[in-house]
Amino acid sequence: MNLSRNPDATPAEASASRGGGNLGDQLFRILTAVFAGLTVLVLAAMALQMLRTSAASLKAFGWGFLTSRDWDPVLDAYGALPYIFGTLASSLIALAIALPVALGTAIYLAELAPLWVRRPLGILVELLAAIPSVIYGLWGIFVMSPWLRETIQPFFQKTLGWTPFFSGVPRGFGMMAGCLVLAIMILPTIASVSRDVLLAVPNTIREGALALGATRWEMVRKAVLPCAKSGILGAVILGLGRALGETMAVTMVIGNRADISWSMFGPGHSLASVIANEYAEASGDLHLSALTELGLILFGVTLLLNIVARILIWRVSRGPAGARN
Amino acid sequence: MDGYLRRKTFDILARWGSLAMVLVALVPLIAVLGYLVMKGAGGLSWAFFTQLPKPVGEVGGGMANALTGSAILVGLACLIGLPVGILGGIYLAEFGDNAFGKVVRFCADVMSGVPSIAVGIFVYGLVVLSMRRFSALAGAIALAILMQPIVMRTTEELLRLVPMTLREAGLALGLPKWRVILGVVLRTGASGIATGIMLAIARVAGETAPLLFTAFGSRFISLKLDQPMGSLPVQIYTYAVSPYEDWHRQAWAAALVLVGLVLALNLLARVLTRQPGQGR
Repeated sequence: MNLSRNPDATPAEASASRGGGNLGDQLFRILTAVFAGLTVLVLAAMALQMLRTSAASLKAFGWGFLTSRDWDPVLDAYGALPYIFGTLASSLIALAIALPVALGTAIYLAELAPLWVRRPLGILVELLAAIPSVIYGLWGIFVMSPWLRETIQPFFQKTLGWTPFFSGVPRGFGMMAGCLVLAIMILPTIASVSRDVLLAVPNTIREGALALGATRWEMVRKAVLPCAKSGILGAVILGLGRALGETMAVTMVIGNRADISWSMFGPGHSLASVIANEYAEASGDLHLSALTELGLILFGVTLLLNIVARILIWRVSRGPAGARN
Repeated sequence: MDGYLRRKTFDILARWGSLAMVLVALVPLIAVLGYLVMKGAGGLSWAFFTQLPKPVGEVGGGMANALTGSAILVGLACLIGLPVGILGGIYLAEFGDNAFGKVVRFCADVMSGVPSIAVGIFVYGLVVLSMRRFSALAGAIALAILMQPIVMRTTEELLRLVPMTLREAGLALGLPKWRVILGVVLRTGASGIATGIMLAIARVAGETAPLLFTAFGSRFISLKLDQPMGSLPVQIYTYAVSPYEDWHRQAWAAALVLVGLVLALNLLARVLTRQPGQGR
């Protein structure tokens, strides 16, 4: 047993080197381990529970569930395509809107801003993430949608009305409103994770670039960003995962109609919003089962995205610095 | 010299461009907060805080049911989620540098990205279906599940900041390790853990989706945990999508209260973390 004291040892390493200890210690260790393990248990139980509830729907519709457009509780025929389409379309467009703003924000906060403004600005951006989803929904219904209907959408209709993307009557509620509110909500996630990733890049890299005569921006673009690339990709995927699963704000503004249309003005629907709308009043076992299968799809996809994102972020900020919340 | 000028221009452009992006990012924050104060402040009154909702369509009434409901739900969620989170965090910080600790840490991080509505579905199947009705208990469990990973990870981070020498001093006095952890380490990290708890409360206090089909909603003040219970976020949602002018007014007022609470908790937590974080 190694008894040499290393001042840099983490508490856990130190305890390992001291060995088992008395009964109280062992009990305490087991007790805390059980509570820590609950997290793993809950995650596994979630997957099992959702699989079990959606078993009826999985059996009844098979893979056809993913490609069918029907959603009819009266006939008990269910298909997920319009919801999958709505979720993917709104999330990807939201990502495209939010990405440049979020990256610019992250770069400014981590690299270019004067030191004294970094902390207050960073807190403001994080406050954006603290506002509950339902509040964005409320604001979306009464402020953003009317504004879109009266100002933004007529403009797009006039200039780009000949394309399928901006055809139809401006109504405020619909895809465009959903995308915009999603973009606002994922922006702080992408910005603050990217900023943390940039801050994890070692300073020697910056010093090296500056010593070679690079300007501040050249240092960011040619030295820092290449190092942080995979972590930033992780942040983007994290944002995408958040957009896919976002429920309340989208439900409140997207129009809640299971259409598949190219028009940004038209109403849409999403996996999360149909669950929010119908789950409490599901009309029968198969209805509930089909709704749960939608939830399972959402759960599976976001789980996968999060796993990929975490691995990417951990690769940049390896070690204890990877522990962010 | 020409190349130098071009590079310098790009540098300045990038600085101002990225600053512009920050300002764009802050527009929604200002717009949301501004409208909340503008539209919500008028709806705040004594009646809003103390009265129950009036029957559908009648003007007046308040949100006393939702306010007490939210307090009970969040309180109960804390009762379940905090001990689990803190004890789990102790494990990760003190014993967790092994494969099991890694798995737990990873699951906790992944959990924080799982849509909250999925947690609602889970608790619906687990609690609501077996109790055969919506209940406050189910809502609180859903919130606790969302809360636990956040509390666990912040507890871990804060306990890791406690210097090794404190642990060694305790052990040198002959204390068993568990007494050292509870009496010395946890006490030293207490203020930091408190801020983590505040952030977790702020996060779940505004959660709507997992409550829609667990706690459901109620128009009365009830203390029965096996009955449906109202909550501020769910009531904001129902009122916002309703067609009644007076309900919209109340939804804005409730939103102002909720956001005020959430932002106050957030700011307080950040101000408090400043000293210990910088001290190291």
